[in-house]
Amino acid sequence: MAGGTQSSTEYIQHHLQNLTYGKLPAGYTRYDGSVVSQDTWTLAHTSQEAADMGFMALHLDTLGWSIALGILFCFVFNFAAKRAHAGVPTGLLNFVEMLVEFVDNNVKDAFHYKNPLVAPLALTIFVWVFLMNLMDLVPVDWLPSLAAYLAGDPHFFFKVVPSTDPNATLGMSFSVFFLILYYSTKEKGLIGFWKELALHPFNHWAFIPVNLFLEIVNLCTKPISLGLRLFGNLYAGEMIFILIAIMYGAGWFLGSLAGVLQWAWAVFHILVIALQAFVFMVLTVVYLSMAHEVDEH
Amino acid sequence: MNINLTLFGQSFSFAVFVLFCMKFVWPAITNAMAERAKKIEEGLAAADRANTDLELAKEKVAQDLKEAKAQAASIIEAANKRANQIVEEAKDTARKEGDRLKIAAQADIEQEVNRAKEDLRKQVSLLALAGAEKILGSTIDAQKNDQLVNNLVAEL
Repeated sequence: MAGGTQSSTEYIQHHLQNLTYGKLPAGYTRYDGSVVSQDTWTLAHTSQEAADMGFMALHLDTLGWSIALGILFCFVFNFAAKRAHAGVPTGLLNFVEMLVEFVDNNVKDAFHYKNPLVAPLALTIFVWVFLMNLMDLVPVDWLPSLAAYLAGDPHFFFKVVPSTDPNATLGMSFSVFFLILYYSTKEKGLIGFWKELALHPFNHWAFIPVNLFLEIVNLCTKPISLGLRLFGNLYAGEMIFILIAIMYGAGWFLGSLAGVLQWAWAVFHILVIALQAFVFMVLTVVYLSMAHEVDEH
Repeated sequence: MNINLTLFGQSFSFAVFVLFCMKFVWPAITNAMAERAKKIEEGLAAADRANTDLELAKEKVAQDLKEAKAQAASIIEAANKRANQIVEEAKDTARKEGDRLKIAAQADIEQEVNRAKEDLRKQVSLLALAGAEKILGSTIDAQKNDQLVNNLVAEL
């Protein structure tokens, strides 16, 4: 538990706040009472400041960790790809090929069209999301405490699990949504795509408004459910880790119970993080497969 | 938990990572795997081929062995035959030579006998003449003598 002076509520809130770098409008009164004379880009010192920055803000911790993990993925896989050969695979190459084959089989099962993007997309999603989720298994206080120590500020905000930030998960799912729209239009034509929206599920002209409403809602729920599912699962998991971490400060009995609980929850969470990465990947492939599907009537 | 520009930052980095994977990771690995699959397939086919080749070679070896045995048997048989033949011929020659030698020896013996008979006859007639001379006490006329002797010889 970071600092004995915090209450449990403060501790939880502190853990759920991203490191936000954003624009404060002119005339804004900051946490210490000073007034900003003009629009300034700065780090938020309180959750209120972060909220008041509105849309013009970046979560440095989310972006930093997700990009670092993405680069790790690219580096490791590129390292293996450069050494890929037709002989007997060993070590890293074996591992990478196992993942590639696993993803490839899943893509082949769900996606029966020719598209060079889908399989690498699925691999990237699977590995990247898995790595982001994996950060959840690092005990909740380690990296934030280290960051606070390095920054010299005990109230430094630092979240290490990018997939507990809806910006990260929705950012990915909206990219997938963009691909769904792109391939739907490309494969079916603009008219074909709209016809599909208008003539499903009731294939009669009188139902066109109903169909359009249903199908557009259906279409728009895809990215939102995709992003929020991942976010929700990881956010809940993170929350439980935080609650367990609070118990460490409550005497030796609850503290040791917390140790056991943390271990048990981490073991269970291994399943969740892999499963959520897999679900995100499979749903992306299925959605793209649906986008390629040209209807008969 | 505010929605902000991070959304686009995440989308952008996502796109970059996907493109990187699509360009540098996926093709290299899947190509290597496809190539390996092909190599393994070829290897298995080669092993199959080698197996059938081995079977064929074994059959050929058995065939050759059989032929060689048959040939060896026929050679031995011919050699035996020839050996018997040679032995027979040698026996034949030896017998003929023996016969010839016997005949020659017999002829010699006969000749010797005849010569001895001749000598004996002459000596007997001389003896008879000498006996007769002694009995008669006079020499017999040489001419008559000779005639006598010859007659005697002829009679003997």
